[in-house]
Amino acid sequence: MTGTIVVAGGSMGGLRAAEQLRAAGWTGSVTVVGDEPHMPYNRPPLSKDVLAGKAPFASLAFTPKASAADVEWLLGTKVVAARLDERTVALDDGRALSYDGLVVATGMRPRRLRCPGPLAGRHTVRTLDDAKGLRDELTGPGVRLVVVGAGFIGCEVAATAVRLGVTEVTVVDPLPLPMAGPLGELLGRALLKRHEERGVRFALGTGVAGFRGDERVTGVVLSDGRVLPADVVVESVGSVANVEWLDGNGLDLADGVLTDDRLRVGGRPDVVAVGDVARFPNARYDGVPRRVEHWSIPTDTARHAAKTLVAGLTGADAGPGPFAPLPTFWSDQHDFRLQSFGAPGLGTDDVRVLDGDPEGDVLVGYHTGGRLVGVVALGGPATATAAARYRAQLLKSPALTP
Amino acid sequence: MKVVVDMNKCQDHGQCVFAAPDVFSLDDDGRLAYVPDADEALRDEVEEAADVCPLQAIRIEG
Ligand SMILES: Cc1cc2nc3c(=O)[nH]c(=O)nc-3n(C[C@H](O)[C@H](O)[C@H](O)COP(=O)(O)OP(=O)(O)OC[C@H]3O[C@@H](n4cnc5c(N)ncnc54)[C@H](O)[C@@H]3O)c2cc1C
Repeated sequence: MTGTIVVAGGSMGGLRAAEQLRAAGWTGSVTVVGDEPHMPYNRPPLSKDVLAGKAPFASLAFTPKASAADVEWLLGTKVVAARLDERTVALDDGRALSYDGLVVATGMRPRRLRCPGPLAGRHTVRTLDDAKGLRDELTGPGVRLVVVGAGFIGCEVAATAVRLGVTEVTVVDPLPLPMAGPLGELLGRALLKRHEERGVRFALGTGVAGFRGDERVTGVVLSDGRVLPADVVVESVGSVANVEWLDGNGLDLADGVLTDDRLRVGGRPDVVAVGDVARFPNARYDGVPRRVEHWSIPTDTARHAAKTLVAGLTGADAGPGPFAPLPTFWSDQHDFRLQSFGAPGLGTDDVRVLDGDPEGDVLVGYHTGGRLVGVVALGGPATATAAARYRAQLLKSPALTP
Repeated sequence: MKVVVDMNKCQDHGQCVFAAPDVFSLDDDGRLAYVPDADEALRDEVEEAADVCPLQAIRIEG
């Protein structure tokens, strides 16, 4: 098997893609191009143990599998353009690489707020350098932190800040409850209470209109007119897909890169997408293409996409069938853990307690049309054991639209 | 095949249990237990377990 596969993006999705290409039998060359200077590292600890100073940066690096030892890594290098018809990508150092197969694994970057005010003192948390920079600013005396966005990362940062002893921690969000988008009201309320009991304040039902300060941020102006004093601000208001380099190829890049149910891009046999950037239909549910920003997705998509790509390039076999992963994610905040299986977001019209109660350890089920489509466990480690029973049930359910 | 779990890193997520139930399990308190000398026939599942560990605490030796 000769030829070259180029993987664009050098994080978890890029690493898993390279490893899975070998597992799928690809013996040609593999080149991973990543714009960060680091080898792939694990992001979830960035908002948790890394920010808390409990995990040294060196402990985050993934250990590549032996089968991927001959993969070429071009780090600190950005892919700036692609010509899919000519099978080439252009790099920011002026070089062009020709490929036989291409893996899109460029992931996401944080969305930034576009309101008036100074930039200094405002942070996002996506990379190692981000986490380090934020930690340095949070560990001073008497810090007042405002987190914009009550999603998972925002709430994790708030919880970690409390653990670090930050004097004042306030989370702002236009929605009435934290994490309510994906989890619904029942758990949103339980989580609000737990965070407040542990010292996090909330300004909910209001957005951010601007920032105070000359050189550096001193306050956050809310859309309801209030001003929250702030020494440090974290913006965790969602993310934007890194797809600009694919412009000009007639692809649907409206939200990530659209793939078919085999993770092929633009109907081509020689281009696949993996990780957060891939917008794919999940045969387990309703066939609507969605991006999924869960840690399990780079690994799941890489396994499937590598088989699809190797089959497309060699024609040796038919390739795998439709992609149908069971999404899973977790979030650690304060002394509790959220663990989710399936697609709670698709079952928000009927949300019920399956086990326990929202004051303590609880298992919540998300249903649509009378069918369980997602389960979320909240509590200590033992709730995970209970959730596993429901995970098995979710795995066995037939597709929503057969 | 020798399986090594760094128990200082392990935070009892249980993802390895789903991937390789013959090798990994959680006890009633939700704590991880595992078989350190796993049968070679289970290599694929153990590799998957190592991949899906959120703390990347599982190593396969030999
Ligand atoms: C702070 C934080 C905490 C998280 N916590 C959890 C959690 O608790 N549980 C959970 O389930 N998930 C969590 N996640 C989500 C999980 O980490 C992501 O789903 C995962 O990292 C996605 O991997 P990826 O490789 O697809 O994308 P990314 O990790 O975004 O990697 C893409 C890589 O490509 C590079 N790149 C981009 N454009 C180019 C280009 N043009 N050329 C070359 N390289 C490029 C980027 O710099 C980056 O290195 C968390 C994420 C963050 C940021």
